[in-house]
Amino acid sequence: MKKLLSFALFFLVGSTLYAGGYRVSIQGQKQLAMGHTGVAVISSAESIFFNPASISFLDGKMNFSLGASGIIGETRFENKQYGIAENTDTPLGTPFNFYATYKANDWLAFGLGVYTPYGSSVEWEKDWSGSHLVNNIDLKAIYVQPTVAVKISDKLSVGGGPIYVNGAVTLNKNLNRSLSDTEGNRTNVTLDQKGVSAWGYTLGVMLKPIEKLNIGFNYRSKIIMEVKGGDADFENVPDFLPGDFSDANFDAELPLPAEVTMGLSYEFCDKFLFAFDYNFTQWSEYEALVVEFNNDAPTSVNPRNYKDTETFRFGLQYKACDKLSLRTGIYFDESPVQDGYFAPETPRNDSVGYTAGLSYKVNSKLSIDASFLYLHFEEIENSYDHYQENGQNVPFGGTYKSTVFAPGLGLSYKL
Amino acid sequence: MKNLKYITIMALGLVACEPELENSIEDAGAYSSGTADFSKFVSVGNSLTAGFADGALYLEGQKYSYPNIMADRFSHAGGGTFTQPLVNDNLGGLTLNGAQITPNKFVLSGDPLVPTVLTETPTTEVSNILTGPFNNTSAPSAKSFHLLSNAYGNISGIPLGTANPFFARFASSSSATMIGDAVAQNPTFFSLWIGNNDILSFATSGGVGVDQTGNTDPATYGSNDITDPTVFHGTYDALLNSLTANGAKGVVMNLPSVTSIPYFTTVPFDAIPMDATTAAGTNAAYATYNGGLATAMVGGFINAAELAQRTINFAAGQNALVIEDESLTNLSVLGLPSIRQATAADLILLTTAPLIGTLADPTNPASVIGVGVPLNDGQALTDNEVTMIANAQTAYNNSISLLTGNNPDVILVDVKSAMEQLSNGGLSFDGGTITSEFATGGGFSLDGVHPTARGYAFIANIILKRINEEFGATVPLTNPGTYPTVYID
Repeated sequence: MKKLLSFALFFLVGSTLYAGGYRVSIQGQKQLAMGHTGVAVISSAESIFFNPASISFLDGKMNFSLGASGIIGETRFENKQYGIAENTDTPLGTPFNFYATYKANDWLAFGLGVYTPYGSSVEWEKDWSGSHLVNNIDLKAIYVQPTVAVKISDKLSVGGGPIYVNGAVTLNKNLNRSLSDTEGNRTNVTLDQKGVSAWGYTLGVMLKPIEKLNIGFNYRSKIIMEVKGGDADFENVPDFLPGDFSDANFDAELPLPAEVTMGLSYEFCDKFLFAFDYNFTQWSEYEALVVEFNNDAPTSVNPRNYKDTETFRFGLQYKACDKLSLRTGIYFDESPVQDGYFAPETPRNDSVGYTAGLSYKVNSKLSIDASFLYLHFEEIENSYDHYQENGQNVPFGGTYKSTVFAPGLGLSYKL
Repeated sequence: MKNLKYITIMALGLVACEPELENSIEDAGAYSSGTADFSKFVSVGNSLTAGFADGALYLEGQKYSYPNIMADRFSHAGGGTFTQPLVNDNLGGLTLNGAQITPNKFVLSGDPLVPTVLTETPTTEVSNILTGPFNNTSAPSAKSFHLLSNAYGNISGIPLGTANPFFARFASSSSATMIGDAVAQNPTFFSLWIGNNDILSFATSGGVGVDQTGNTDPATYGSNDITDPTVFHGTYDALLNSLTANGAKGVVMNLPSVTSIPYFTTVPFDAIPMDATTAAGTNAAYATYNGGLATAMVGGFINAAELAQRTINFAAGQNALVIEDESLTNLSVLGLPSIRQATAADLILLTTAPLIGTLADPTNPASVIGVGVPLNDGQALTDNEVTMIANAQTAYNNSISLLTGNNPDVILVDVKSAMEQLSNGGLSFDGGTITSEFATGGGFSLDGVHPTARGYAFIANIILKRINEEFGATVPLTNPGTYPTVYID
């Protein structure tokens, strides 16, 4: 065990430590408690997300998992040059998940997963110093994933399924840094669209080469959320502002990037399970947020220039007794945001996630799962340099520091 | 279920764990006031200090007054609260006993956009006297000597012109002086920017007032007169002595040139386009006047230079406006008016612009204003009047420099040079440049005299930089790019 850990840590040297964009890694209470590993863990219906191939290895005819977390995230922003200090007042985020599996026979299993892997909710004080970039944003995407897994042999299973996504976005920002009506009310626009749908898929492979060792691989495709004709509500526009700024519709696209995960799990000393996951997320897909309006408002081009990211996850489970399992984990999450593109709508730099949790078996069928995540961000000096006024870039930056806590609860049921 | 309770308690505890920076700007000592003490900051001045813009004193303008911006910055370095005698609305007009006595603000309105005064009824009633004291002791149109006048805040003197409605609405008593109300607050730090109106009201009136240089009794001055430099010197000395009596440190600002503001630089002297035929016709109409001038020279009334200066001549292309000039030799005995064509040294007022080219008498096509009908004394500043203003300005600035030069506690801030830069390339900020170009330059509000909020932010920064340099302070500046310029209705 120690060897394995030190090997993994060695592997990390030279790579920087990092968290990601609007990805929210809370897709199962059991697995979150283990650093959100799970591509090679066979334990519950949560596998529908982590690796659909492994549901054919689950015990029991049917498995259910249900869970939710409350994300308490805060960001502090300060700019020493201009004496600015701001805090987000972000409402509680509540990612949830529901998974069900059904074993049709020895080699065939079906499942259904509903989970929320992408989302972002940030609320700055209205008209704050970065209001020309964002006042508030709320992004939600619910994934619905029917799943099938086929056990090819006792050592190998494959699985996958289509993913249906239903998303919603609300974003409010001021049109620029100073425009207002004659009463001084700042001119702003709210973009709003619900029910944006798109399709994708996931594929997984689970290999059990030797006893106690599992190796897993999972791919989740990229999904482009395409908003057509969303509501653009312009407020406090001066009546005589040249051009048509009446309420309008907007078109925009937001990519939910593809994610490749591979990893392993290893059981040792009877009571311990170690898991390691490596995620590669193709964030480079997100080049710019381009919002086009069908009135005279100029097309809003917001370069993002995200880069692909890697996440390293380590988890440990200890079966204290028959009724109680304890879990802990750590992960190093790389931010896709590059220097000069640090926008306050997703003020996330590299982070380290510390997780813990437990499962308590109420009876042979039902267990209660609890998890806790603390995401640690170093404070970072960065800026968003690609907002333009009069054709010149106007940087907005300073020192950011975020903290995220996410306590969660879940239920697992096995038949 | 025990677990649930435990987790809930833990979660509640963590809500309080807000992210904190290692070196927060809210930590003690993040910024320093140096050798200055900003705990009680009092500003004294006229419209520029009050936050006047767009022809009125309105709420948003007051929010962006340069002393209010400075006070907000001072709050990081030991500054206390800063109160202002806020008006009631964003229209800006004042009423006295229900009747409007000062106009509302200008906004850009219509298609195409033109400066337009808002027509709604303002709600700031002067007789609703505010309870002070107010850190910002400033009143639009105050001249230097007004700050010492104990009649200036007496509401009953407003109709007589001896009192100022802006001051009367917050004066501590009907016999209070502005400087007295300022000093009574025991400022630890002050700003003083006064003297602009001692020349500016003469200038904006087109020079209809009198240059009172040599007359040391301000009680005899009209509202549009130029203050005698000796009076200014004595007044300024008294103001400074009052403000520094308790050991307060402070800043004073010098006086910008009127030629650096769009009110005087927007309308060109040669604003009349003409074709050859019209020019010939116009010259024919002035043949009698031109001929009379020749006779006057022969008669020894005027010399050749004045003949050349006064001879009216229009040609195809842009032509100089015809203006009245009271400094010309009076030839009324010959039946000749004191008129000539303008030169680049004359300044045409912004308010004259809409009149130029229109008919003074709608039934008479020859009564084109600026051509057949000369601009009157109040519509232009002649070169002679410009010189009077410049002479007084120079004298005032010399006094300010002299009176503050030996006092290490008082910094003289050269706002004059900054304002001049606005008409000479502009001042740059992170999203562009502000210039003195009327309505579009971003530096001046729609009255053509007072800065925009962004302009005031620049002024605040210029002052703050000097405070930091001279008093060893580290007060943060403000970002002009985040301030508004002109408002569109």
